[in-house]
Amino acid sequence: MLDRRLALDSQVALRPEPFGALAYHYGNRKLVFLRHPDVVSVVRALDGDTTVAAALTTCGIDQARWPAFEAALSSLERSEMLHERRPVATG
Amino acid sequence: MSAGPSRLVEQLKGGLDAPICLTWELTYACNLECVHCLSSSGRRDPRELSTGEAKAVLDELRDLQVFYINIGGGEPMIRRDFFELVEHAVGNDIGVKFSTNGAFIDADRARRLADMDYLDIQISLDGTDAPTNDAVRGAGSYATAIAAMEHLRDAGFGEFKISVVVTRHNVAQLDEFKALADAYGAQLRITRLRPAGRGADSWHELHPTNAQQREIYDWLRLHGDRVLTGDSFFHLNALGEEPLPGLNMCGAGRVVCLIDPIGDVYACPFVIHDEFKAGSVRAPGGFTAVWRQSELFAALREPQSAGACASCGSYDACQGGCMAAKFFTGIPLDGPDPECVNGHGEAALLAATVAVPRPMMDHSKPVRPERVPVTLGRR
Repeated sequence: MLDRRLALDSQVALRPEPFGALAYHYGNRKLVFLRHPDVVSVVRALDGDTTVAAALTTCGIDQARWPAFEAALSSLERSEMLHERRPVATG
Repeated sequence: MSAGPSRLVEQLKGGLDAPICLTWELTYACNLECVHCLSSSGRRDPRELSTGEAKAVLDELRDLQVFYINIGGGEPMIRRDFFELVEHAVGNDIGVKFSTNGAFIDADRARRLADMDYLDIQISLDGTDAPTNDAVRGAGSYATAIAAMEHLRDAGFGEFKISVVVTRHNVAQLDEFKALADAYGAQLRITRLRPAGRGADSWHELHPTNAQQREIYDWLRLHGDRVLTGDSFFHLNALGEEPLPGLNMCGAGRVVCLIDPIGDVYACPFVIHDEFKAGSVRAPGGFTAVWRQSELFAALREPQSAGACASCGSYDACQGGCMAAKFFTGIPLDGPDPECVNGHGEAALLAATVAVPRPMMDHSKPVRPERVPVTLGRR
């Protein structure tokens, strides 16, 4: 997970809330709760170019907490909120 | 982040900056007169929000990032500006799910609906055969719904929903409803019958028996992951260890609310009564001010007392049930749900027979005297 380059799906909108944010996928109609402001920061930092590890570092997340973030991001990927950037064709 | 579901529920109980799920009854006008209609619909209210007012509310919901709304009525497609409003919503990133009896979905409209993104349709159907359905929804309504479903299927709409209010007379048809939905490439949605609107009068004859409540629970344990419920059966959670899928809490004024056809805002779709009216979208500050500043909503977001249910071991599982179901059966709001699966509802119902609140805003069509044939004179 840590070396992957994930990005928020273009059909997903984030709505800030006191506990973190709501994420809604207009395509599959799934609604997901991001239950900590730090998760929201990390998700916003994922742009498909930087790795998950880089995003965690940029957001100042202590390494001891990384496993919990990996689990949260995996769950978001299963809901199709996050996906891996498609490989760019070269040449 | 490691917070369990219970902490999330506690956070949601404190309210959100905007609703997650907002129901908007577009009109009180309806071609049908279902005996359990939550909004006692029939006749249009002359104070109905205009197209311009409705669009202004949609613009406000866009700014609040309300991701989707549930549109109902009455029959929402009766409004001449129905498509204009739906297109305005979808064009502003507000997904629309609307409930209809299907009477206005012909082949042309089905194609128009199929062409739209972010649109879901719920066809209301309360029986898998005409006698069962029509006893509740009126003569011919089964055939109307099936015709609409055929038009949607033929237009390639995709997965629309079939929405069922579970009653004493259709509990035994749950498997058949599922098969019917599968046959049309549709998804089944079942919801709880509430004693609201005209349902206040029909609830006592229609609501599922205690034995049937167990049947519903067992059926949902088997099929719940593929069937929508609007999270409306959480009162059944006291029947077992494993909660049913979905949010186990009353969302009234916390994560849901209702806008009625004249712009009044209520705590949920099942409590159209002054006691649960938070304000109006027509007042200064609009919907946002109502959601964020209404005293009623602030009170609903305070921790609620378990009241008479405090000594019951199941309170954590059922949360005391549905506020609207208690209110319209005359049970105190901190009392047991009238359909309490531990049997506490029965005694509460008996104790409550003195002054049961009546639903307000009755738009039922007047009862007409028998028609007398008119003799035509000279033209």
